[in-house]
Amino acid sequence: MAFRLKLVPDDTRINFFRWQWLTFGISAAAMIASIIITLTMGLNFGIDFKGGTTIRTETTTPVDVGTYRQALDGLGLGDVAITEVFDASFGANKHVTQIRIGPQTNAQAVTPEELTEVEAALKKVDPNVTFAAVESVGPKVSGELIKTAFYSVGAATIGILLYIWLRFEWQFAIGGVFALVHDVVLTVGIFSLFQLKFDLTTIAALLTILGYSINDTVVVFDRLRENLMKFKSMPLIDVMNLTVNETLSRTIMTAVTTAIALTAMLVFGGDVIRGFVFAMLWGVFVGCYSTIYVAKNIVLWLGVKRDWSKKVRTDAATEAEGHGTPFSDMP
Amino acid sequence: MLDIAPWKRILILLVTLIGIGLAVPNLFYGRVEAHNDAISAAEKAGFATPEQKAAEAGWPGFLPSTLINLGLDLRGGAHLLGEVHVQEVYKSRMNSLWPELRRVLSEARDQVGAVRRVPSPEGTLAVEIGNPDQMARAVELARTLAVPVASISGAGQTDLAITAEGNRLIVTLSEAERVATDDRTMQQSLEIIRRRVDEVGTREPTIVRQGKDRILIQVPGIGSAAELKSLIGTTAKLTFHPVVGRGTDPNARPGIGNILVPSLDEKGVFYTLEETAVVTGEDLTDARPSFDQNGQPAVEFRFGPSGAKRFGAFTAANVGQPFAIVLDNQVISAPVIREAIPTGSGQISGSMNIDQSTQLAVLLRAGALPAQMTFLEERTIGPELGQDSIDAGRLAAIIGTVGVIAYIVASYGLFGVFASIAVSVNVILILGIMSLMGATLTLPGIAGIVLTVGTAVDANVIIYERIREELRKGRRVGPSISTGFQEAMSAIIDANITTFIAALVMFFLGSGPVKGFAVTLTIGLVTSVFTAIFLTRLMIAVWYERTRPKQLIL
Repeated sequence: MAFRLKLVPDDTRINFFRWQWLTFGISAAAMIASIIITLTMGLNFGIDFKGGTTIRTETTTPVDVGTYRQALDGLGLGDVAITEVFDASFGANKHVTQIRIGPQTNAQAVTPEELTEVEAALKKVDPNVTFAAVESVGPKVSGELIKTAFYSVGAATIGILLYIWLRFEWQFAIGGVFALVHDVVLTVGIFSLFQLKFDLTTIAALLTILGYSINDTVVVFDRLRENLMKFKSMPLIDVMNLTVNETLSRTIMTAVTTAIALTAMLVFGGDVIRGFVFAMLWGVFVGCYSTIYVAKNIVLWLGVKRDWSKKVRTDAATEAEGHGTPFSDMP
Repeated sequence: MLDIAPWKRILILLVTLIGIGLAVPNLFYGRVEAHNDAISAAEKAGFATPEQKAAEAGWPGFLPSTLINLGLDLRGGAHLLGEVHVQEVYKSRMNSLWPELRRVLSEARDQVGAVRRVPSPEGTLAVEIGNPDQMARAVELARTLAVPVASISGAGQTDLAITAEGNRLIVTLSEAERVATDDRTMQQSLEIIRRRVDEVGTREPTIVRQGKDRILIQVPGIGSAAELKSLIGTTAKLTFHPVVGRGTDPNARPGIGNILVPSLDEKGVFYTLEETAVVTGEDLTDARPSFDQNGQPAVEFRFGPSGAKRFGAFTAANVGQPFAIVLDNQVISAPVIREAIPTGSGQISGSMNIDQSTQLAVLLRAGALPAQMTFLEERTIGPELGQDSIDAGRLAAIIGTVGVIAYIVASYGLFGVFASIAVSVNVILILGIMSLMGATLTLPGIAGIVLTVGTAVDANVIIYERIREELRKGRRVGPSISTGFQEAMSAIIDANITTFIAALVMFFLGSGPVKGFAVTLTIGLVTSVFTAIFLTRLMIAVWYERTRPKQLIL
């Protein structure tokens, strides 16, 4: 017999809903905690959303952040934050810092004179320093960027809601979207808790989490719908348990492959996109959890209409539309 | 499900091969890029230098040579988001309308009385007339200056909105004309920026309009955003004005219709000039660096026919009078007109070095931006950082792919190998399609590909898990595989469409990194459905036909 790696045994009969109140309670508590953390600690907005300038410096000699700060102190730039960046991929003679200057009062991103002054001041204390990246966003644009970011997350959620509603039942749509909100809130909470930089790429990550999480949810819903037709008299909770058990192997398998790919990116992808990859990796775990414990809990409570005399007909119609005709005839 | 018609097999293989073919040039990025650059440079110049010929020969011409466009974060370069002050144009339109309006009204002086311009908000022209009871006549006269707006939305409207308020005649641009003007201003700005960026000869700059009054400029390979800014941001608005007076008081009141302009090289000197220019830089046909009679760097310029005519008439009528050459709101020089200049050529001299005179000539030749620009966002990414990012991204992609392949092969054996081939082809197809479309690959885009590798397996996993279930029920191998594919289809389609919705939203609402990510994610979705459903099935079908296994361990 050939060797097969199986993280999930062939025939699982886990009762996922035994602790439904507890798990849902944990989810609810985590969401509330996330909201409270975000409100009290705030988010570490990057310049995309806050305006201002970031300068990435690279030098061959070890960096003394204090010297840098002293060099910039006299320039009257207001809020200046200097952090040293460490990364496994850097060589021994590569030292990187990230300098963030708060938005200046003018509508322009930054005046060229200010930038020249900053660069000259740093050159003075460290002649080897080079400026690998300089980015400025004016306060006018940053406000708009926040707005579009919110719109895009909102629009994606609504689009997904509509699709599930059309394709399944409204209970599924609500369950699925609630799971999405859960994932987004928890991710934002984590970013606030660890004060990770929250910028445009984080929004891209959030949208991906939306996509991944709903992907996962939809695959399970799809099977649930199928089982609901197959086991017409089985209580809803049992059908759900059966469904989760049946799809568990796939859920884990996909989560692991995605996690492998993302972990490679997290470890070897360099520090520039680390925050972005971290958000996605976290989203894979949260998305997996929310599929089982949030989306289906809600569907369970809302109940699915199981008036079979009518139900079978509508479901069959949906089925015929879904995976009957258009695709099965393809090569 | 397992018998696939021969032509379908050929089609699947063909698509795969074309995809691979399109992706191949990216393996030899440097050579192909040199080849493409040499061809376009030779086309532009009309002949090819030996170096260009060598570069062109570096990549065979019959092979595909489209490349993925590397984003600024990977290649290094500058990014600017500028806002064009479109309203400025309204003001200059009103200023240039004033002399005409004065002429029309003063011809009917016996009816409307004395005419006088009075202060008004920017972009409006307010005129007081002596006989308010003849206002209707004045409005009628002013209307003769209006012309119909030539745009679809503004059809049937004229360009001027003329109203009367007591003894004042108020002229503004009509709503339709404002829209049309804004549009023209933006197009002109785009064109001028494009020409200026082209002057420095960088590769594939992106210059696009964004929204109502914004322009996004991305130039790979340029040293810094500041450099780019000084190249395009200089308005280089050249105008020639009659001089009214000269003084040292910066707060002097120049009077209606006049402006106070500081001198460039004489500190503390201010000229009072007529606001309406005789000739502007738009009439220039040529400008080049030269030297004046004292051997100092200067810029020689030449006007087009209409500019030359106006310049000639003005100089003929004002011999002995000074006129001011104004560049970007500073008087460069104010020479006295010694004789009429009918040829329409002249010289700008002042305190400048050779570099400055060359730069000025370039700016004049490229034309003036019709309105000022403010830069809202600027980013510079150094080329080393870009290279580091590419290296890191490549390493991560390789390790990620190897890890995922090891895991699926361990889980599904031979079928895992099939899935791995499908996933690898998937990545190649993404790169191929991106090359074909000339899409831009960014750092988040690489992350998108890595994520696609992770999720592309999902479709295969859904199928395989279904086959496992069928096998467990004790069904035979062939039907199990068929049913597995069939039953998995609905879940795969649903799952991909929902992700597609998110990707689409990212593409249309997002900017910068979000968009780059959306591009690879969207392409990856399409290719992963192709590889998971078609390619994997083809491989399994071929394998099944050859071995006809009685038993399958999955």
